[in-house]
Amino acid sequence: MAENTRIEPTGAAPADRPKDDSRKHLSRFFERFPPLVIMAGLWLLAMIVIAILATQLAPYDYAAMDLYSRLQPPIWLEGGKWNHLFGTDDLGRDVLSRLIFSIRMSLLVAFLGTIIGAVLGTSVGFMAAHFRGVVDDFVMMCIDFQASLPFMVIALAVLAFFGNSLFLFIALMGIYGWERYARITRGLALSASTHGYAVAVSTLGATPLRIYGRHILPNISSALIVNMTLNFPGTVLMETSLSFLGLGIQPPLTSLGNMLGFGRDYLTTAWWIAVLPGMTIFFATLAMCLLGDWVRDRLDPTLK
Amino acid sequence: MSTAYLLQKLTRALLTIWIIVTFVFFILRLSGDPAMQVLGPDVETETLEAFREAWGLNKPLWTQYLVYLGNIFQGDLGVSYLDGRDAFEVVAERFPKTVSLMLVTAVVTFAIGIPAGIYSALHRNTFIDRFTMTVSVMGFSAPNFFLGILLILLFSVTWRMLPTGGSETAWHYVMPVFTMATAEAAVFARFTRSAMLDVLNQPYIRTAIAKGLPWSKVVREHALPNAAIPTVTITGFFVGTLIAGGVITENVFSWPGVGRLFVDSVANRDLAVVQVIVFLIACSMVTTNLIIDLAYGWLDPRIRDLRAEN
Repeated sequence: MAENTRIEPTGAAPADRPKDDSRKHLSRFFERFPPLVIMAGLWLLAMIVIAILATQLAPYDYAAMDLYSRLQPPIWLEGGKWNHLFGTDDLGRDVLSRLIFSIRMSLLVAFLGTIIGAVLGTSVGFMAAHFRGVVDDFVMMCIDFQASLPFMVIALAVLAFFGNSLFLFIALMGIYGWERYARITRGLALSASTHGYAVAVSTLGATPLRIYGRHILPNISSALIVNMTLNFPGTVLMETSLSFLGLGIQPPLTSLGNMLGFGRDYLTTAWWIAVLPGMTIFFATLAMCLLGDWVRDRLDPTLK
Repeated sequence: MSTAYLLQKLTRALLTIWIIVTFVFFILRLSGDPAMQVLGPDVETETLEAFREAWGLNKPLWTQYLVYLGNIFQGDLGVSYLDGRDAFEVVAERFPKTVSLMLVTAVVTFAIGIPAGIYSALHRNTFIDRFTMTVSVMGFSAPNFFLGILLILLFSVTWRMLPTGGSETAWHYVMPVFTMATAEAAVFARFTRSAMLDVLNQPYIRTAIAKGLPWSKVVREHALPNAAIPTVTITGFFVGTLIAGGVITENVFSWPGVGRLFVDSVANRDLAVVQVIVFLIACSMVTTNLIIDLAYGWLDPRIRDLRAEN
């Protein structure tokens, strides 16, 4: 319990008051896991569960139309009915079901994008650190190039040139943020390769793949995980922004941004179509930011 | 500042622009036959040939590339496929609106974000500090398209106070500027706060206090100038997010600027216009980064002297 004694405030009560013990434990617990972080974690967990169980949870199919109850308000507003809890949209589609499937789509794209970006960036970073010379220069040039243009501009240009498909879109989300992984990996791998352990395994005859994969990667993983948690909300925002502009996920598929984009035309008559997915995005990114900050503070004190 | 340093930075900036231009050119040609894309799959072969002849698309790729580079140097950036006008002209007429929106946003961002960050750092762990930081986290997690739509819903639809779109009067600026400045000011507040806290922990601040300087003087003459240096570095990032945020905000509020033109051109696949916009954004980003590099060296005497020695 060395860690607990460290965070104890200097003016804390002496140990001869056992009655307060449980309360002290509780306050220590909340010091390690602030209530806001717990709430953020629960919210994200709920979203993940919703995404996984989408087909079981959604009362209707996300594309099922009910033209007799178009633009029906949610249950808590006047005119709301129990058959559509969150109301319906302009084609009479159930907003709750669409929301559930949109959460699944948005999380899936962000998740795949983050994984692709992490794997791509880390491999490129390792390659730059390993081969150095021309390869390193080339990688650094690409990083500079990527950093010199906002990613949204690159994404829009690529979508303009190649047209849109789900596959291309997920690949694009994977490219988003690769340069940060590459830069972190390259820097850390360069410094790690001079450390004793890397030199030792390479003297023992380990292949580069083994050195980087089994020895250096575990040692630098905390910085990469921190970057992943910071990158994830960015990917969600990028996906929803592009879908909002009508250039991301295309109908009949649905995502949070694309729901919001279509709902915008009905702001005067049916605000819930736009506001409900908007709130979902807002709370999701807020929760991810809070959780990301917390993970960063716990894993990587140097990044503060 | 040495000439060699300046030259090195300039060369790098030009190199980046050249890479971007080349990237755009090859992506453009790789993405398919422009003749087919513009005219559609149902046209006759002669029409396609005539189109290719007119736009120089039947020449070898490297000739096209050289012609393209030559044209750029002469300021000819192609013609909008959509309305046949000079692409640069199409973009240029939208330019003033976007720049004015960005300038107002930048002023509001600095005016709110920086004082809030300084105040929070000076009153660390007070209620106001915690409140400011909570608002700041919420500010940059709120997607600007959603914030914009909420504002429209409240101020235009419900209370009928502000116009939903357009750019004619000063009232038209209120909601777009607020939408864009919220996230930016949040980032600036957080960054200024941590830069300021960093500086306040430095030994020279302790020395300044120890020698009996009044606190206001310590802050004004020792803390603020030093905290300003790292804040300059995020200005490059700021311009980038301002451009990306502008694309979305202009679309939410039907602002007749470059951002909206960009999205429309992407949707219509008007490649020449897209290309001009990408080129312009790249140039402004590279120029900003160049200025920041130079300003950084000029602001920080430690870097300035180091360079003078070399």
